[in-house]
Amino acid sequence: MDKDKLKALYQQWNQGPVNQALGKTPERANCEHTPAGIPNQRLYTPLSLDEAGFDYAKDLGFPGQFPYTRGREPLGYRSNYWLFMQYAGCGDADEANKRYRYLLSQGQAGISVAFDLPTQVGLDSDDPMADGEVGKIGVAVSSLQDLERVFDGIPLNKMRQISLVANAMSSIILAMFIALAEKQGVSVDECTLRIQNDVLKEFISRGAYIFPPEPSIRLTTDVVTYCAENHHAWLPLTLCGYHIREAGANAVQEVAYCLANGLAYMDEVARRGAPMERVLPQLSAFCAVNMNFFEEVAKFRALRRLWARLVRERYGVGPEVNLGLSLVNFTAGSSLTAQQPMNNIVRVAVECLAGVLGGCQSLFPCSMDEAFATPTEAAVKVALRTQQIIANETGIGDTVDPMGGSYYLESLTSEIEERALKMIEEIESLGGSVKAIDQGYFRRNIDEASYQWQKQVDTGERSIVGVNAYQESDEAPMEIFRPPAETQQRQIARLQKLREERDNDQVRQALERVRAVAATEENLIPAMVEAVKAYATMGEICGVLRSVFGEHNEGDI
Amino acid sequence: MPKRHRIMLAKAGLDGHDRGVRVVAMGLRDANFEVIYTGRRQTPEHIVNAAIQEDVDAIGLSILSGAHMTLFARILDLLKDKEAEDIMVFGGGIIPPDDAQELKKMGVKHIFGPGTAMDTIVTAINQTMQQREAI
Repeated sequence: MDKDKLKALYQQWNQGPVNQALGKTPERANCEHTPAGIPNQRLYTPLSLDEAGFDYAKDLGFPGQFPYTRGREPLGYRSNYWLFMQYAGCGDADEANKRYRYLLSQGQAGISVAFDLPTQVGLDSDDPMADGEVGKIGVAVSSLQDLERVFDGIPLNKMRQISLVANAMSSIILAMFIALAEKQGVSVDECTLRIQNDVLKEFISRGAYIFPPEPSIRLTTDVVTYCAENHHAWLPLTLCGYHIREAGANAVQEVAYCLANGLAYMDEVARRGAPMERVLPQLSAFCAVNMNFFEEVAKFRALRRLWARLVRERYGVGPEVNLGLSLVNFTAGSSLTAQQPMNNIVRVAVECLAGVLGGCQSLFPCSMDEAFATPTEAAVKVALRTQQIIANETGIGDTVDPMGGSYYLESLTSEIEERALKMIEEIESLGGSVKAIDQGYFRRNIDEASYQWQKQVDTGERSIVGVNAYQESDEAPMEIFRPPAETQQRQIARLQKLREERDNDQVRQALERVRAVAATEENLIPAMVEAVKAYATMGEICGVLRSVFGEHNEGDI
Repeated sequence: MPKRHRIMLAKAGLDGHDRGVRVVAMGLRDANFEVIYTGRRQTPEHIVNAAIQEDVDAIGLSILSGAHMTLFARILDLLKDKEAEDIMVFGGGIIPPDDAQELKKMGVKHIFGPGTAMDTIVTAINQTMQQREAI
C-alpha cells in the first residue's frame, strides 16, 4: 500500500474509533512504557518501521547470516530442538552424581554443574569461611578426586554438553576436566564443554570474585586462548547478562553491560594474538528471560545483532566467520514468587516461550519452588517437562524465527539495540568495563534500576500476582527440599584423607610451578593440569594465585 | 522528633546475591533510618564487632545461599558473648518457612522473605524499636 494512503488511514483510525473508545475508558498508565522504560506506542504498523529507517536486508537478513537477528542457526529448530538443560548440583560428589544420573535418565541432553560457594570462590571445604556453605547451592569440589566421583559411571562423551558455572576459578576447573577426561579414557573433544568464565560480572553483580579485576581477566583469557589452540569444539566463554539482570538491571542494561564486558575480554584476547576468527564463533551469551514477553524476545535479537555489528568492525573479521552468539537462556529466578508458588509454573512456561522465540541454543527453566530453596526432584521434573511440552506440542520450532517481522517486535529490537549501544559507548568513554567497575558505574546504575522497580511494585504501578495483587492470606505450605545432612563433615573427612594419602612432594612442586607461571604472561592451564593431577586442592592452587595476584575486597560501602 | 535509628545491613558468608539487601538499604534510608552496609563476604565476627563499634540498634542479615542456620546462630552467639543482645537481629533472603520459625525461636526478630513490601519491613522494625524503648 502507498505510504501516504496508509498514513491517512492511520490518522482516521486515531481520530475516529480510538478517540471514541478513549472517551469511554481511558488507557492504563502502566502500558505506556516497557519495564526498561521504552515507550510503547498504541499500535505498530509498517509506518513505525519506516520511521526507524528499518531495512530488511541490513537489519534482519537471514538466519545464520550477519547480523544474526533471526538466529545463529540457518535451520532454527527444524532439525534439532534447543538443548533442554537444568542447573543442578547439591551436596557432596556422591549426591550430585545421583541427581545427574536421574536427570539424564529423564531425557536431559546435558548437565550443568552447579558448584557450591566455597568451590566458586576458591576455598576448600574445610576452610573456616566455608562453614555452613559446603554442598548448599551446588556440589563441593575441592579436588580432582571429588570431580571423579561426580562423574562416576557418567562418561563425559555420553552427553551433548557439560556446562560449568565456573568463573573466578574457571582455569582450575578446566584443568580438572582435562585431567578427568584423561582418567576416563575419553577424548575431551567428544563432548562440548561450556565454561562460563565471565569474571567481570562477578564484580558487577554476582559476587563470586577471588582476585582483583586485572589478573581475573588474565585467567579468563588463559582459558579462552588455551581452548582456541587445543579444543576447538569447546565454548570457553559465556558472556553473562543474567546475573546483572537479576541484580536489578533492566533489559537494556543487561545487553549493554554484558557486551561491554565481552569487548573487554576480546580486546585482551586480541592483544595476546589469539586467532579471532576461531575465538569469536565459540562465544555464547547467557541472559535472563523475564516476564515482559515482547521486550524479552526483542532483547535476545538485539543482543545478537549488536554484538555481531560491534565485533565485525572492531576485530576486522571476514564474512565467513559466524559472529552469531550462541544463546543460553535461563528463566528469571527473581520473577518467581514465594506467594502462591504453583503460579511459578506458569511464569516459567511463559518465559520459556520467550526464550525460544528469542532463538536460544539452550534453555534452563527455573523450578517453581526456588523462592524457598534448592528445588525438589518433583519440581525439577515439572520444569523439564515444561520445555518438552513447548518443543513437542506447540509447533513453535516449525519455522525459523516465527516472530520476525512483527512491527512491534522489530521496533523494540531496534530501540533496545540503539539504547544499549549508547550505554556501551558511555562505558568505553570511561575506559572500558574494568575502569567502569572501579568507578562504581555499574553498581550505581543497577541500584537505581532495582530500587525503581521495587517502588513500582510497592506502589502497585506494576502488578505481581500473589504479591501485590490477588493475594491470599492462608496458603498451603509447599514441600521444600532439605539439603542432605552431614554433607560438610563427610566432605571434610574425605578431603583430609586425600591430603594424607597423596604424594605431597609432587603437590608442592606442582604448586611452585603454578606460582612461577602466574608471575609471567605464559598460559597457566598446563601447569594447573599438572597440579590437579597431583591432587593439589582448589584452595591450595587459589592460595598460590592469591599470593601472586592479591585478593579483591569489596569493603564497607 | 523521634530518635533516628541506626541499622547495620550485612552479607555474611560467601553469598554474593545483594540485590535485596541493597534495595532494603535504600528503602530504610528513605524511611529515615541511618544505614550502614558492610558489603559482601563478611565473617560473623567482623559484623558483630562492627555493629558494637558503630553502636547500631539492629543488624539485618541477608542470606540466599542456604547457610542461614549456621550464620544467624553464630551472630546471635557472638552478640551474647559480647553482652550486646540489645542489638535486634532481623534478616531476609531465601529461607524456607520452617527454618524461619526456628530462627525466630533462636532470637531472630523478623524474617522478611521474597516479595515483602518495603512498607512492611519499615513498620515491623519501627514497632520493634518502639517496644524496645518502652521497656
